[in-house]
Amino acid sequence: MRTSVEIRSAPHIKRPRSVEQIMRNVVLSLLPVCTFFVYQYGISAAALILVVTGACLLSERLFVRLGGQAGDLSDYSATITGVLLGLTLPPGFPLWMGLVAGFAAIALGKALFGGIGFNVFNPALVGRAFVQAAFPAAIATYTPSFLPGRFMEFIPSSLAWPLMAPADNTAWLKGMPLDAWTGATPLAKWKFEGTLTAVGDLLTSLSGHLAVGPSPALILLCGAYLALRRFMDWRIPTAVLGSAGLTAWLIYAIGGAKYPDPFFTLFSGGLILGAVYMATDMATSPVTPRGMWLYGILIGVLTVMIRYYGGLPEGVMYAILIANATTPLIEQITQPTPFGKGASLRAGRAASYTLHPDYISREEAAAKTSKKRFFKNKPKKP
Amino acid sequence: MNPNDQAPQATSAASLLKTLGLVSALCGIIIVGAYQGTYESAAANRRLALERTIFRIVPAAKTMSEWQATAQGIRPAGGEAGGKVGAGAIKFYAAYAADGSLAGIAVEGAATGYADVVRILYGYSPDCQCINGIGVVAMKETPGIGDKIITDKAFLANFVALDVKLDRELAKLANEVKVVKHGSKTDAWQIDAISGATVTSRAVGKAINDSAQALLPKLLPNIEQLRNKKS
Amino acid sequence: MKDLSQAKNFDEFLEGIWRQNPVFVMVLGMCPALAVTVSAVNALAMGFATTFVLVCSCLLVSLMRKLVPKEVRIATYIVIIATFVTVVDYIIQAVSLELYEALGAFIQLIVVNCIILGRAEAHASKHPPLTAITNALGMGIGFTIGLFALGGVREILGAGKFFGVSLFGANFQPWVVMVLPPGGFFVLGAWLLLFAVIRRRKEVRLSTSGGGHVA
Repeated sequence: MRTSVEIRSAPHIKRPRSVEQIMRNVVLSLLPVCTFFVYQYGISAAALILVVTGACLLSERLFVRLGGQAGDLSDYSATITGVLLGLTLPPGFPLWMGLVAGFAAIALGKALFGGIGFNVFNPALVGRAFVQAAFPAAIATYTPSFLPGRFMEFIPSSLAWPLMAPADNTAWLKGMPLDAWTGATPLAKWKFEGTLTAVGDLLTSLSGHLAVGPSPALILLCGAYLALRRFMDWRIPTAVLGSAGLTAWLIYAIGGAKYPDPFFTLFSGGLILGAVYMATDMATSPVTPRGMWLYGILIGVLTVMIRYYGGLPEGVMYAILIANATTPLIEQITQPTPFGKGASLRAGRAASYTLHPDYISREEAAAKTSKKRFFKNKPKKP
Repeated sequence: MNPNDQAPQATSAASLLKTLGLVSALCGIIIVGAYQGTYESAAANRRLALERTIFRIVPAAKTMSEWQATAQGIRPAGGEAGGKVGAGAIKFYAAYAADGSLAGIAVEGAATGYADVVRILYGYSPDCQCINGIGVVAMKETPGIGDKIITDKAFLANFVALDVKLDRELAKLANEVKVVKHGSKTDAWQIDAISGATVTSRAVGKAINDSAQALLPKLLPNIEQLRNKKS
Repeated sequence: MKDLSQAKNFDEFLEGIWRQNPVFVMVLGMCPALAVTVSAVNALAMGFATTFVLVCSCLLVSLMRKLVPKEVRIATYIVIIATFVTVVDYIIQAVSLELYEALGAFIQLIVVNCIILGRAEAHASKHPPLTAITNALGMGIGFTIGLFALGGVREILGAGKFFGVSLFGANFQPWVVMVLPPGGFFVLGAWLLLFAVIRRRKEVRLSTSGGGHVA
């Protein structure tokens, strides 16, 4: 037996806070959201979340074994990836495609970069981007929520055979007591048909048979819990939502009726889920406070731009992925000046982490393997 | 054996030129030989591909001939199909049924789509003054999205009888061909776009409109010339 | 003596297929390898076209290796390669116009494929014709195998077909991403990973067994 010696960089916090603890709390806070999702869509949603999470865990195990990478299943990070990925997919998404998505998330999003803490992009979103490119039709097919009998039978498209095209839900939906269902999310309805959904309905996700994800209000509540217990930084969601709202309001004020009102933009689609749970992923977002603001603003503005001027109705995923890519750059240009060093002594780049104890430095995740992050902060000689 | 073994003295300009000239001459012979050898079958291939497309969009057709429309009128194009067109002239193909009657006219149009230029061939029927079929000559649109323009049944239904009537002076189309949002087609000269592939649909509409605007005013007054010609 | 030279020739032939495979080991000629490999047929056609150019130009370069002064050798090689690319261009037009459309500009771009100039410069210009051809043929077949490995996988996943024959029936769900450019990168990456794993295993086995001998 060998014991692993953990070498961690300062600050040496005595409080019992580890990667595992943070991740466990994130999973706990996601439970109400998942319950709500299952309540909306029944067993299809439950099966989807389970299958995707299972695929993520299995792939994680495979790659940790194969590649000798840091991390293992007990750190909950693969679980979070799986649950979040499941929540972003439409409930009637074929289960075998869910398997593909889960595998792609871990393989392309995480294992490729060297495992936990080394990934540049949010794994859940990498998985979603892969299936978005591979199965553009299936990922745009939504079914209405709160169907009668949703706890007794699957949505037909869920049960497609592996590699086979999903069944068409139209005939199945005809048998349901619904009037005038068009099969589009509120965002797609706005983009392609020009009809808006009431903001109140979007906020709760409860009224009617809207084809939406879990209630934004609930997600905000769960996010608030995480932020209050300091498992998540409040700056990023605030910056994302604030900048998205502001941009949407500006465009609305100038462009007028052509564009939806800012609240519709805020509460529709996956913006809230993305802002609270995906943009705040510790490995892929900046650690410097100013960097967090910059990063959040970038996501908010990009989301609105992609939604309003792009070909697809939803833009949160690509906005976050693009911002993930800029994270190292943002961190570099927003390094805080260490205490005692004035503007004239900017060379002291070596002290690259904020000294606030509530921010877990990223090297902790890598502590066991003693690998270096890709920026080597060599102090320049003055 | 090894080129490095050669003496390191400078090679004379004459010998350099001689080598290059020799190589160029040799290569020239090879190229011309290959060109001569394959010319016939390549031209036959090209003609076959064109005929196949035309016969698909004008199903009654059995033979075809190439024509050119100029400001003066229309005349048969000399030489091979797919050949060069004189300045200001527009190329089109007249397709004849087995009994020699005019089955339809095929015209090529092009417009920029999502990825690259979409080149289409559409069938024009002088009897109903409408477009009654399209085929794609070349495109690089996204597979599964943009290439629906050759598979999407609802979209192809636009081209059963797309109205391209000329106005009273026979100078331009009475109604411009327009691509409208999916599900909002109201008139016979409108094209119902594919939902999700609007850019490609619009390119098809623009290609048809541009080419019909240019060609039909020259073609229609002289249509009898085509009917009389027995192929 | 004869056996020895035969073995040497065979070695030259195998070099391009396995040890120095242009796609999987040298990672050369990536432009056509990623761009035209959406189906097995396209991949094979591209591979054969490249092989033809490779073998013909290596033969000619090898024949002229004593004639060409080294000051103008690159110009000569490029002219020779361009000639055979033009020839292939004409031949494909004569054989099948559909194939010509599918391969598009990448036929003409064979002229800048670094495998060919690389072989002409590094091998054909220093070896007699027979050796040069053998090596070029090996390289060409290696390249073709590489393209085929990409094209086969991309056609199976991207269209549910193999050589145009439907494998999974009409209800197959195509993976659109596989026929788009990213799919080329994913599949190439997966193959490279596979070969890297094989190589790593082999090295580990060699080093452990070698150590045993010493001990």
